[in-house]
Amino acid sequence: MAAAKSDSSHRAPHLQALGLRFLLLASLSILLLVMDHRDNHLDTVRRAIGATVYPLRMLVDAPISGWRWANEALISRNQLQLENSRLNAERLLTYARLQRFAALEAENGRLRAMLDATERMRNQVRVAQIMSVSSNRFRHTLVVDKGSRDGVYDGQAMVDAHGVVGQIIVAGLLSSQGILISDPDHALPVEVNRNGLRTIARGTGDYNRLDLPFLPNNADIREGDLLVTSGLGGEFPAGYPVAVVDSVLRIPQEPFADVSAKPAAALNQVTELMLVWVEDEEPESEFPASDDDVADDATATEDDDSE
Amino acid sequence: MSEAHFRQLPVMFFIILSLMLMIAPLPDWAAPYRPDWVVLTMIYWTMLLPRTYSVGWAWVIGLMMDAAQGTLFGQHALALCFVVYISVKFHLQIRVFPMSQMTATVFAILALYQFILFWINGVAGINAPAVTYWGPVISGTLIWPVLSTVFGSIRLRDRAGA
Repeated sequence: MAAAKSDSSHRAPHLQALGLRFLLLASLSILLLVMDHRDNHLDTVRRAIGATVYPLRMLVDAPISGWRWANEALISRNQLQLENSRLNAERLLTYARLQRFAALEAENGRLRAMLDATERMRNQVRVAQIMSVSSNRFRHTLVVDKGSRDGVYDGQAMVDAHGVVGQIIVAGLLSSQGILISDPDHALPVEVNRNGLRTIARGTGDYNRLDLPFLPNNADIREGDLLVTSGLGGEFPAGYPVAVVDSVLRIPQEPFADVSAKPAAALNQVTELMLVWVEDEEPESEFPASDDDVADDATATEDDDSE
Repeated sequence: MSEAHFRQLPVMFFIILSLMLMIAPLPDWAAPYRPDWVVLTMIYWTMLLPRTYSVGWAWVIGLMMDAAQGTLFGQHALALCFVVYISVKFHLQIRVFPMSQMTATVFAILALYQFILFWINGVAGINAPAVTYWGPVISGTLIWPVLSTVFGSIRLRDRAGA
């Protein structure tokens, strides 16, 4: 209790001005909140403070990446052989598909030329590691280890092997923050692959469910339909799979059908994902590849087709 | 025993550690029950060292939480600032409370913190089920006796060593 006595005996001016300082900081916070909510003038501030959090992320990530490294280093020869043969089989399959794809691509190009349609955009992808996943219940966000230094920009699309994961919202210098398609604040223009029906897929806050709130009862949509990006929002390149419709509920007296879909990407399991550059928007197609990225680029820089 | 003596305590280390615990990934089932480590740490040390760590620090650390979690800028700053204001304002009362009473106070403070987050989310139109706000309050209250004992033993050892 000695400390208590000394506190009350000689009061520091700074404890007395506590209420005033609190009011000042509180009104400053409210000012920030309003500024951030109304219009996003605070992106630079957010980036600056985000940069101070970066070393913390590195520290948090260190044991996890160390564990991953140890796992890879200590994997048995048997397992490696098994994995190798599995990958070889997969590669053969993929090549077989790619052969058909090449023929289709050529045919599609000829047809487009005949129709005088605009040239398709070619996309480039690059692998990024996920450093952390949002620890906040209201937002499904993640942080990837590529930043504006690597050419990442705000609004860039993130995909994994199965489909769209989300998009970058704040591209920092060394790391960037991305929002998942399942975030309640996120909506994505999609189309039904089967018939081209366009709609919006909205996040629900559940990793395994997207909502399609604006489909009328008589819309031609059924369970099992694949939804792909339509490219209409301007942010996402067209033609990436987004989700598969898993339930269609038509209630006669309601104007809209109750349609939900399961995201194609494994949103809560991804550890690495691909950032997509639409070539027209990214003038420097030769990325300054650092050592560990050369291998990634060799396999990942494919010419992906959209639409 | 004046406050100046405690200044050599590794408080910054605990704050940084708590920020790391807020960022660290948790499995899906545990994530809703992640205690507000930063809030608990700030309550303890601002209550003990109100002259060194007060609302200013809380504001800066709150902004770092906002940047780290991608929430509205100023949300955690405001909530943490308010919570620390209460803890500093009543530090003389709270720190002589017996453990049970102190834990009850911490429960109230944590609930208040979540309520401010909930309120700001509501105004901004971000709706999450109200139940989800209780997870951190409950886990934080349960962890408080352990955490304050650990902090207390570190403090006492420091005093004994001096």
